[in-house]
Amino acid sequence: MPSNYHPFIWPFCIGALLLFGLLIVKFCRWLLHLDKIQRKQCLKNIISFKTVAAIWECLRECLFHRNIFRKNWVLGYMHLSFALGWFMLIVVGKAEASCYSHTFWEAPWLAIFFRFFENGSQDYFMPELFTFAMDFILAWILSGILLAWCKRLYSRLLGMRKTTRHTWYDRIGMTALWCIFPFRLLAESATAAIRQNGGWLTQTVGDWMSFLPVQSLELPLWWAYSSVLCIFFVCLPFTRYMHIFAEMLLIFLRKWGVVEGNRKSGYTECEANACSRCGICIDVCPLNTAAGFQNVQSVYFIRDLRQGRLTEEVTNNCLMCNRCVEACPVGVQSTLMRQIIRGEQKHNDSSKTFYDYLPERAGDCASAVTPDNVSDNNVMNGASATSDRNGISSPKVLYFAGCMTHLHPNIIQSMRRIFEAAQVDWHFLDEEKNLCCGRPLRQQGYHGQADQMQARIKQLIQSSGAELLVTSCPICYHSFKQEYNLEIKVMHHTEYLRQLLNEGRIRMKADQSRFAYHDPCELGRGEKIYEAPRELLQAIGTLCKVDQEKQDSICCGHSLANTVLSAAQKNQVRDEALQTLCADHPDYIVTACPLCKSAFKEGNRQQVADIAEIVSDHII
Amino acid sequence: MGQEIHTIIIGGGPAGLAAAIRLGRHHRVLILEKEAECGGKLNQWDKLFPDFEDAKTVRQTLLQRLPENVTVQTSANVTEVAQESGKWKVTLQNGETHIAPTLLLATGFEPFNAIRKEEYGYGIYPNVITSVELESMIAKGEILTREGKKPQSVAYIQCVGSRDEKVGNHFCSVNCCICAVKQSIEVKQLLPQANQFCFYMDLRMSGRNYEERYRESQEKYHVNFIRGRVSETSVTANNQILVKAEDTLLSRPIKMKVDLLVLMVGMEPSPSTRQFAEKLGISDPYGYFVSQNSETADNATVHKGLFVAGSAKRPMPVPQALKEGEAAACEIAGYLSDNL
Ligand code: SF4
Ligand code: SF4
Ligand code: SF4
Repeated sequence: MPSNYHPFIWPFCIGALLLFGLLIVKFCRWLLHLDKIQRKQCLKNIISFKTVAAIWECLRECLFHRNIFRKNWVLGYMHLSFALGWFMLIVVGKAEASCYSHTFWEAPWLAIFFRFFENGSQDYFMPELFTFAMDFILAWILSGILLAWCKRLYSRLLGMRKTTRHTWYDRIGMTALWCIFPFRLLAESATAAIRQNGGWLTQTVGDWMSFLPVQSLELPLWWAYSSVLCIFFVCLPFTRYMHIFAEMLLIFLRKWGVVEGNRKSGYTECEANACSRCGICIDVCPLNTAAGFQNVQSVYFIRDLRQGRLTEEVTNNCLMCNRCVEACPVGVQSTLMRQIIRGEQKHNDSSKTFYDYLPERAGDCASAVTPDNVSDNNVMNGASATSDRNGISSPKVLYFAGCMTHLHPNIIQSMRRIFEAAQVDWHFLDEEKNLCCGRPLRQQGYHGQADQMQARIKQLIQSSGAELLVTSCPICYHSFKQEYNLEIKVMHHTEYLRQLLNEGRIRMKADQSRFAYHDPCELGRGEKIYEAPRELLQAIGTLCKVDQEKQDSICCGHSLANTVLSAAQKNQVRDEALQTLCADHPDYIVTACPLCKSAFKEGNRQQVADIAEIVSDHII
Repeated sequence: MGQEIHTIIIGGGPAGLAAAIRLGRHHRVLILEKEAECGGKLNQWDKLFPDFEDAKTVRQTLLQRLPENVTVQTSANVTEVAQESGKWKVTLQNGETHIAPTLLLATGFEPFNAIRKEEYGYGIYPNVITSVELESMIAKGEILTREGKKPQSVAYIQCVGSRDEKVGNHFCSVNCCICAVKQSIEVKQLLPQANQFCFYMDLRMSGRNYEERYRESQEKYHVNFIRGRVSETSVTANNQILVKAEDTLLSRPIKMKVDLLVLMVGMEPSPSTRQFAEKLGISDPYGYFVSQNSETADNATVHKGLFVAGSAKRPMPVPQALKEGEAAACEIAGYLSDNL
């Protein structure tokens, strides 16, 4: 055999060259498309410990798939065997080839087709060990492939109810991938049958094969192996497998502190490419489980986005409940991506909207109310608490009910009673002038408008001179925390009430009530507040068991973020949530969000209350 | 009862009574009324739109006209209705049963529970009341806020619990527009000083003298009708109600303080209506009865010998409920002569 060359290496080499060329082009494009702030972040952190941390995380996630393992170990094993297995095959193969040829600079394809070129000389470092290890790794990968086949055939086997529906070029890529290792096994075994150079696996298979005309099968098998490698490499940048490389870049960008901006950027594209279409997000989406939509989940939204065939309907049909984001092993922030894409689809022009009707200072809130001229009798005579305060010292606590809470006057009454019972020095910021935190606008993609609105409200909050901002609405809370960059401390009323209780400023009487607590999406998954409401409720009565709670809580279905669902479909989602909440027959369903409260109240005959109402009813 | 009953009527409201008056001339009829006296929601009402007819007089007239053949059993709580060998068997809570070849369900409606529209503050702010409560104030001739003062300003909100996707009631309750016109006239007569505002989505005035009264309420009684839905209410320190709405004709937001806020609650099927509709498989999406054909057999049902009438079918004003009862009586009489 002429040393180390045969024409069958060409498909492999061409494929690999094309792949790396395309990867470089894509990476450069994404990096160049980062916006100004994102680029600054990269430059600031590139030479720092963060880069080391990113490398470490790359190993952990891209090779070991730790996150998938945590969610589902069979699926984790499958991904691990592909990723780590293949990586090892390359590394160990390279080592073997280098040892064999006594140089680090041997032909790059030698490692890939080693068994074919190896001449039987054993004058290198531990040849048996290498042969054994290479066979072992191959067997391991093949076990993963077997699982993948099973997953396609019967996804429940791997603990998934729904697996992703792929496009035709994904299927080509996938078929090529699934063929690579079986072909390698067959090709190496054929060579082993002829030259007796196989290991425990390839030699055994080779011996079984020896009744076949192995002499004439050997070359075609090596050609086939090289060709499927080529097909896979060429397909890769256009298929889901691009995630292998995109995820690495994403990890680096994230570690350097890059976050999604208001517009589509290179980061968005990189994130879209980092989705492996594993399909984990399909089963957790309430729109799938309760309302039967199977084309809107993150995986399909991102796929359609990458393929340029995204419809507004798919973009808008999302509750932004973040169950998928919580479950995603790659941490793809698909809801933030949706916000951006919604903005692009709407082509809205924020320069035409004005929010100058909003008051400028906290003290103006009451007086800025327009007196109506329907009748003299009805002219506003100014709010009590607010106008008295003009010019007097600043309140300690600023209360922001939020526009959704205004639809639930009893929540506001309860907060009033609690503030009074605890003798808090407070000021009601949106008592008369309804203010919106701007987050609903942002969720719909109206970023310019949201920015304007939030700037006004921020000014209002800062000018109050208060030390603490308390809000009753998880949407406002999330917005204040994530979008406002406020200098003063912000608390949702659940946290604040717990603090009042712990400080002994309110006391509550306990009774026999049994509560089922519903975690609102924005408060739970959004802000990770799980314990405060539970501690409060346990101080009053007992908590019922709820099957899917905390980070797994099901959306009430009435999120403002979804503009597509009909009322009936929203109710299907709500009913799924109610079912889990009512399973243990609670006396009350308790939530901490006015939207959830409305949804659940209409949905059943059970008593539904906000946690502030429960606390206020039990104060002594 | 010695002889066999021909028809059992469940519900002694306008529809049930009107049917009994017609049928009772030639047939033996039993009315089962769950309250202590007949009359249905007429008992809760003072005057009727548009002619300010006294509801009590209407009720008296109906009762006086009941023929001898009609037996009325009050405080009769029907728990079960079933078809048994071609006849209808009705079981009361006390275990008593009645059997007849025909059964008329005239189980009526109940007012929408305004607590479900929390944004209007009913049950939270003392000075938010429903049209039912206002009616009894009008009947007493004294309209007072919770603090015992005469209100200087009164606002009405239409379509509370009707035409509202959120509460699941897409239908129009038919009676609340006219009720607002009627009550605002009566309030003005009792409180000449008061300013009145009525927030509506659109005003449905389609009967004899309806439009005329509406015009009168504006010209003579100076009621301000404002097109727009109220978004929410809040309370001021002295228990006035602050109403926030949008005037959709002028496209601008409105805020006003009023002393009394009246919610014109819609109509929902009564608990008995819901129960029988579901049990007998003749329920529409809201729990009202569905007739066999809304044009040609609007009092019959898919079950032989079972008839329905009145506001248990859909919201309707009193005169229509009376005619419903009479129409049902005709159908029942026809059925009885064909089948007995
Ligand atoms: S978004 Fe995340 S969970 Fe969904 S398919 Fe992509 S990687 Fe998997
Ligand atoms: S955010 Fe919620 S509704 Fe939207 S895709 Fe994810 S799981 Fe589904
Ligand atoms: S009658 Fe008038 S107030 Fe009543 S539901 Fe219909 S439109 Fe609304």
